[in-house]
Amino acid sequence: MWSVEGGTEEFQPEQEEKMEKSEQAAAAFPPSFSVSEIKNKQRRHLMFMKFKQEKRKQKLQLKKKKKKEREALGDKAPPKEVPKTIENQRVYDETTVNPEDEEVAFDEGTDEFCSYFNGLTNPKVLITTSDRPRGRTVRFCEQLATVIPNAYVYYRRGLALKRVVPQCIARNFTYVMVVNEDRKVPNGLVLCHLPDGPTAHFKVSSVRLRKEMKRRGKEPTEHSPEVILNNFSTRLGHSIGRLFAALFPQDPQFVGRQVATFHNQRDFIFFRFHRYIFKNEKKVGIQELGPRFTLKLRSLQKGTFDSKFGEYEWVLKVSLSAVTVFFKMQEELCCLI
Amino acid sequence: MGDTSRLCSVWLGSETGILKGVSLSRKQAFNFCNTSHLSRDQEVRALCWGDPAESELLVGSVDGTVKTFSTEKGSFTETRRCGDPADGCFTGLAVLRGSALVSCVECGTLRVWKEDSSEPVTELSAGKNVCRMRQSPVHPHKVATGGKENGLKIWDLESPEKPVFTAKNLRDDWLDLRRPHWVRDMAFIPGTDKVVTCTGYHQVHVFDPSSPQRRPVLEVEYGEYPLTALSLTASGDTVVVGNTHGQIALLDLRKGLVRGCLKGLVGGVRGLQCHPSQPVVASCGLDRFLRIHSLEDRKLQHKVYLKSRLNCLLFSSRDLEEPAGEGGAQEVKEEEEGDEVWDSMERVEEKPKRKTTEEEEELQKKKSKKKKKN
Repeated sequence: MWSVEGGTEEFQPEQEEKMEKSEQAAAAFPPSFSVSEIKNKQRRHLMFMKFKQEKRKQKLQLKKKKKKEREALGDKAPPKEVPKTIENQRVYDETTVNPEDEEVAFDEGTDEFCSYFNGLTNPKVLITTSDRPRGRTVRFCEQLATVIPNAYVYYRRGLALKRVVPQCIARNFTYVMVVNEDRKVPNGLVLCHLPDGPTAHFKVSSVRLRKEMKRRGKEPTEHSPEVILNNFSTRLGHSIGRLFAALFPQDPQFVGRQVATFHNQRDFIFFRFHRYIFKNEKKVGIQELGPRFTLKLRSLQKGTFDSKFGEYEWVLKVSLSAVTVFFKMQEELCCLI
Repeated sequence: MGDTSRLCSVWLGSETGILKGVSLSRKQAFNFCNTSHLSRDQEVRALCWGDPAESELLVGSVDGTVKTFSTEKGSFTETRRCGDPADGCFTGLAVLRGSALVSCVECGTLRVWKEDSSEPVTELSAGKNVCRMRQSPVHPHKVATGGKENGLKIWDLESPEKPVFTAKNLRDDWLDLRRPHWVRDMAFIPGTDKVVTCTGYHQVHVFDPSSPQRRPVLEVEYGEYPLTALSLTASGDTVVVGNTHGQIALLDLRKGLVRGCLKGLVGGVRGLQCHPSQPVVASCGLDRFLRIHSLEDRKLQHKVYLKSRLNCLLFSSRDLEEPAGEGGAQEVKEEEEGDEVWDSMERVEEKPKRKTTEEEEELQKKKSKKKKKN
């Protein structure tokens, strides 16, 4: 029962409603019709709104029906379905490190950080930037130097990193940290462990300097902070976790009550620096000091900085599908102090 | 121990000194270690088959020893001292008929060792900074070496004074500057005399010793990163190359075009090999995974996590999926003493679920039969 006016596809909305109600569900519209074929924008909009309202109504009706059925069944009702979240759908990563694994323990015991973890070397960090840094980056570097004990900030006079690295090794530095700047804002970090260690390249975002922090405490003192590393549980996570841990001296000075946290969640590493105080046995108060920033690993290269000819242990590949390659670094809690 | 080693179809050497065998049909990886005490000195740098029957593996380590591993017994049978660690790591191991061993180290010294003596029978110097040495599968006494600023040289071990073929560097570029060259891996093309090499400046060259031209006959460029590993397919016209970023590509040698890429590897490629008979290629690298791709549709077939960085790999010639040594499988149930900590491995693979569809078909058949009866 179609009344076609003048051979065009236009018709009045009210007429169409009547047609909808009167006709069978099978023949509501000619099969190839869709709302987008109406040329008139207002009418098309109205049709679409109606379509959405219909859908919403149907959905509500379905929900009510299900709820009624559920109540009717009472105890015998099937259990409620759990909604799918990214955390639920995550595939178990087979590279998660088992703490008792001997092979991995041997690998870590003899890798590039073993001299630090065996207590033989103390960290000495060189912080620098890309060439001609602007105010924000300079202040960021200065604040980083207060957070990391035994850190020195140097102005990068346009020197090539490959030439800086052997000079640092000669002066017993253990780390080179290069903060890259783009449009007056720090956006990258190259962390190179010195004698022959891995080089990690991170993307830095959300940098908040001390001035911008709300309710912050006073300046951090010279005491070495404690280090908390959260969720670095896969093999790659372990390497990165050790990279961060080796920045700070091995024995933290608990007198200072300062703690630096690297929290890894969904492949983003959040850095926070706090001062804590125990009010009584169960309550702790914390004050955030110091800069905060987030990091995302872009590549981990074996050997000192050599982006052209170095061998990469891990490279972030953007083209692979997000769901399968997500969360390369985390699984459960893995604390290291 | 011998049962597990007989099952393995892929052998890999790791940086921690452990020889790993992977059995794809049983989806398991096994570790074989010489001593109970691991050390970085034992880092495996070169692997090769000890004999054509593939019952023995020769494992070359950083400290200059070459160990023989028997796949029948599943343990290391002997150790030989083949050079100083000061010379550099092994860059190639090969076996000549008559149980002679050819070894090449990074400083360029190529030595031929006989079974009994501790002194090399033949010694020659292949230049400095040799990155790789490979033996020709057709003529076992011909070996090729190449390295950083050290072009491809083909040596005949029976007349070791001069190389049979020395490659010339490429022509100077458009600024008349000398082109640097760095040969990282090479392979002999079966059927002809040609040799294909891959360089650290992301080029793949084909050399033809029989032609008067000492420069490469064919040059192909791929990617922007140094190519570290190379392998020829069984057919001989396609080559698989891998670079430091984990990109693996199939290149066609007739025209020099990229046929396709194999996805999945995230770390630098250290070892690549095509299976001698089946169209599959295995890759291993710094990301601690063994990946097996099929060459026809370039899909990932198997992925095995092995906990250390892998340096080199070897295929055994038999079929990958073949469950060899089934009789021994029942005896494997006894625990091996040191190895129970090492067992693992699930294989990631998508198998078409045929069972459900078969059941459905049966149900449908039954229904139709019932209807007919009724």
